[in-house]
Amino acid sequence: MIKLFKVKEKQRETAENANGKAPVKKQSAGELRLHKDISELNLPKTCCISFPNGKDDLMNFDVSIQPDEGYYLGGTFLFSFQVSPIYPHEAPKVKCKTKVYHPNIDLEGNVCLNILREDWKPVLNINTIIYGLFHLFTEPNYEDPLNHDAAAVLRDNPKMFESNVRRAMAGGYVGHTFFPRCI
Amino acid sequence: MADAAPPSKSRDLDKLLLRPGNLVGPTFDPGVQLRDDLQEYAKILVVGAGGLGCELLKDLALSGFKNLEVIDMDRIEVTNLNRQFLFRLEDVGKPKAEVAAKRVMERVSGVNIVPHFCRIEDKDIDFYSDFNIIALGLDSIEARSYINAVACSFLEYDSDNNPREETMKPMVDGGTEGFKGHARVIVPGVTPCFECTIWLFPPQVKFPLCTLAETPRNAAHCIEYAHLIKWDEVRSGKAFDPDNADHMKWVYDEAVKRAELFGIPGVTYSLTQGVVKNIIPAIASTNAIISAACALETLKIASAFSKTLSNYLTYNGVEGLHTKVTEFVKDKDCLVCGPGVLIELDTTVTLQEFIDMLEGHPKLLISKASITYHGKNLYMQAPPVLEEMTRSNLNLPLYDLMDKIPKDILHAIGTINKDNKKSSGLRKLRVDFKGIDGITDMDMAGGA
Repeated sequence: MIKLFKVKEKQRETAENANGKAPVKKQSAGELRLHKDISELNLPKTCCISFPNGKDDLMNFDVSIQPDEGYYLGGTFLFSFQVSPIYPHEAPKVKCKTKVYHPNIDLEGNVCLNILREDWKPVLNINTIIYGLFHLFTEPNYEDPLNHDAAAVLRDNPKMFESNVRRAMAGGYVGHTFFPRCI
Repeated sequence: MADAAPPSKSRDLDKLLLRPGNLVGPTFDPGVQLRDDLQEYAKILVVGAGGLGCELLKDLALSGFKNLEVIDMDRIEVTNLNRQFLFRLEDVGKPKAEVAAKRVMERVSGVNIVPHFCRIEDKDIDFYSDFNIIALGLDSIEARSYINAVACSFLEYDSDNNPREETMKPMVDGGTEGFKGHARVIVPGVTPCFECTIWLFPPQVKFPLCTLAETPRNAAHCIEYAHLIKWDEVRSGKAFDPDNADHMKWVYDEAVKRAELFGIPGVTYSLTQGVVKNIIPAIASTNAIISAACALETLKIASAFSKTLSNYLTYNGVEGLHTKVTEFVKDKDCLVCGPGVLIELDTTVTLQEFIDMLEGHPKLLISKASITYHGKNLYMQAPPVLEEMTRSNLNLPLYDLMDKIPKDILHAIGTINKDNKKSSGLRKLRVDFKGIDGITDMDMAGGA
């Protein structure tokens, strides 16, 4: 290719290339795949997506979930999504922004959902994650918990779990922890 | 007997470049001109000045290249010294790129190496367009994906969808992990690019958060607990910095406490670093082997003195020694290096008209397309919030929305209707605007 290099070097000394176009930073393949996932979202009316950084930043968005059944009926829970440039090779980072009394969500907002970590596959997408999150509220799971107190109560005393959840959503204390109102 | 002149420094190189051979590439033109042209006109960029980068700089300088540049954002650490041989104990803390450049220039006369102490993303696209070949000594998928996208962005196709040779920017990519490594040649438009084969990577190992929180079973679980869960609990608000020794020590201490609680052995400071930073111990010989392969391919691409590696070499020295070369095939639908579909348009066509046209285009058949251009969402069919935000663009001329650039690339996402089957598709489109000089050319694909 050395001959091409020579020709290029000589060309540099003359005019810029005919288009006058300097290549601009392109979108990464990850952003394009995310774009596809977003435009194909098929969300139930209980889930709602918003883009805090405007229409051109799809890598950071929020999803709010309002369960219409189960223990968490009526509450509104906000999740933040952060998508990496090598999506879908890496799962999006999802955190719960609403403080919630839940066996699979801890007080820092970490969410224990298998498809977000060990079971993530590039064939999954944003829709499947949102459905997975919704499922956490309709079917909280006391095995493999992040909040072991909540898990223990759900396992041993579902009635008390129900009232703890109501109290937390209305704004109040469960044990020593205060939960702001989210209903 | 007269003393023979001392052997020329380029004696070995001369054997390759000054005489014809049976295994040479099709454009090979042996002679002194070739050797001199390599020195004067070939500009090579080495990305990374670590394990592979140090070896690459040395190999390329000794292979006769005189114009090299190296870019690396890191500083030298003590753990680098077992293999990044250009560095010494007194260099710890200094920028890798600068010390590496200095040391090689001291030892190889005539070579000029310009160091760049910064992130690869901090450089303009113009910076990369100056180089003839880019040699990669990187350590992450993300960085490779970025450089690949940059190099492939220079590629142009002609109207018959053939790649134009003068726009190809070859890359030689090396990677190592313990006793294993790979070297590959990427010629955009000819060989598969990094993105074409990215699906071959296995998923990363991630532990379930609940295992970390409730039932740790090994040292790595304890470390990840401290790193991912305990950190936020105790030091929330502050981002964990794996390069900060205090942060790392804090994680190590917490991991030890956790391990004691569960009776798990094996938590050490070095394992903590390994798990948190995803590090596998590096071996000097693996780096040397892979860099040598890369430097050789760089020399072959530049001079054509031999046929290039086609196109992916794997090396495994775990037990005995095994290497294999596989010829991977380019993905013609690759979003990064593929030609896309060429569409010629008039400058008055509106975005709405363009979207409608895609439905009938024989090569596309995309209905309800969403259009994105250089990260800007021109129109999104869904979700409703984005549809509202982008609706106003529909009546604007596409030419204006594309910043009045006569030829550029955009992407369309929509439902593909082929053979009565509906599937979702993402397509790369090469848009070429006619009629800029006032000559109308209504070559709309609907009638093609």
